[in-house]
Amino acid sequence: MSDVIVVDYGAGNTHSVRAALSHLGRTSVVSSDRAAVLGAEQVVLPGVGSARSAMVHLNETGVAAALHERFATGGPILGICLGMQLALESSEEDGGVEGLGLLKGHVKRLTSGRVPRLGWAIVEPWGEAYYFAHSYASDSLDTVATSDGVSVAVKSGSFFGVQFHPEKSGPAGLSLLESCLSPA
Amino acid sequence: MPLARLIPCLDVAYGRTVKGVSFVGLRDVGDPVELAAFYSAGGADELVLLDIAATPDDTETMTSVVVNVAEVLDIPFTVGGGVRSVDDASRIIDSGADRVSLNSAALANPNLVTAIATRYGSQAVVVAIDAGGGVVHTHGGRVATTTQVVPWAVEAAERGAGEILLTSIFHDGQRRGFDLELTAQVRNAISIPVIASGGAGCAQHVADALRVADAALVASIVHENPAGVPGLRRELEEMGIELRPVKERV
Repeated sequence: MSDVIVVDYGAGNTHSVRAALSHLGRTSVVSSDRAAVLGAEQVVLPGVGSARSAMVHLNETGVAAALHERFATGGPILGICLGMQLALESSEEDGGVEGLGLLKGHVKRLTSGRVPRLGWAIVEPWGEAYYFAHSYASDSLDTVATSDGVSVAVKSGSFFGVQFHPEKSGPAGLSLLESCLSPA
Repeated sequence: MPLARLIPCLDVAYGRTVKGVSFVGLRDVGDPVELAAFYSAGGADELVLLDIAATPDDTETMTSVVVNVAEVLDIPFTVGGGVRSVDDASRIIDSGADRVSLNSAALANPNLVTAIATRYGSQAVVVAIDAGGGVVHTHGGRVATTTQVVPWAVEAAERGAGEILLTSIFHDGQRRGFDLELTAQVRNAISIPVIASGGAGCAQHVADALRVADAALVASIVHENPAGVPGLRRELEEMGIELRPVKERV
């Protein structure tokens, strides 16, 4: 039985998330089926592709509506990188894109430091280093962790999102994924 | 700012790593998958796999190497060599690589940088520049062009590159240190990160590079040193370079 649905945006590479899940002993299926998204034990929105094409795909497949329903009924959703950004109200990426709006807040282009912000950085207050590869970040008031002053993790209701890539962040990332995906 | 990155580079041809790797502890040093896992466990921050054959009959082998490396790695990796089209980039990224590195093909067709960045995001596109005497070289550094290094780096960034991999071909393999001046010059001209490459002979050279660049590409210094990546990391940390804390494997 597959207990994790990795949402397909029609943009390819979901290998690394699935490989990480498999290392944790979790089976996963890549899907853009709304019934699967509603029924799954866990749903992961991975960090693949661009904001506009991902939202078009989510809306066309009905997965956007399914995610809203899942969120409203307390079903856990984990967003990674772009998958986290899509949960907010809007993003400046691709000339402006309306997001799912599960969480209040907007995604804005990074304005300081080197962009894209690439590499490992310490996340506070957790004190661990994770791998980042992003040009945009959220301004959400539901921020629960930051790195270099940037919001890098958000939590609201049953949604938890991280800006970094836990599936690419070595043992620290795998531990975080495991704790996110364990039943409450 | 993210922490400095140490990036071992594996040269691969027909499914085998081709530069001499001379330390113990590996069953098969010629297997890129095993070597990638070994470096990852040793604390590498990322890896670069360079397909140095990059011939049409090598494509299928390289794709399966990428799939197998993606399976064992829990750190990011970039694949370069032979990326000449969006389809080439898709084949590599869809096989599990995080980024592709473009070299001659980007110079011949700068629109390719934009096309791949539009599809996969800037963070997925590295533009590799082989620099010598201020100009860009192609064909593995053998052919000098008339393109100036700094303006090309600026153009690559404008066209959507997410990082520049800058190799100084006169320093490469000489083990006398990186071209710090050129690296600083390129990095000052752009706002995307820069990986310094070519010339690492000892930890001090890498430390010097990491003070002017965002990351350092290393090859023989880790392939041929029994202390490998953990040894280099330890020396760098003693020199005050802040690297990511590496934890025990789970």
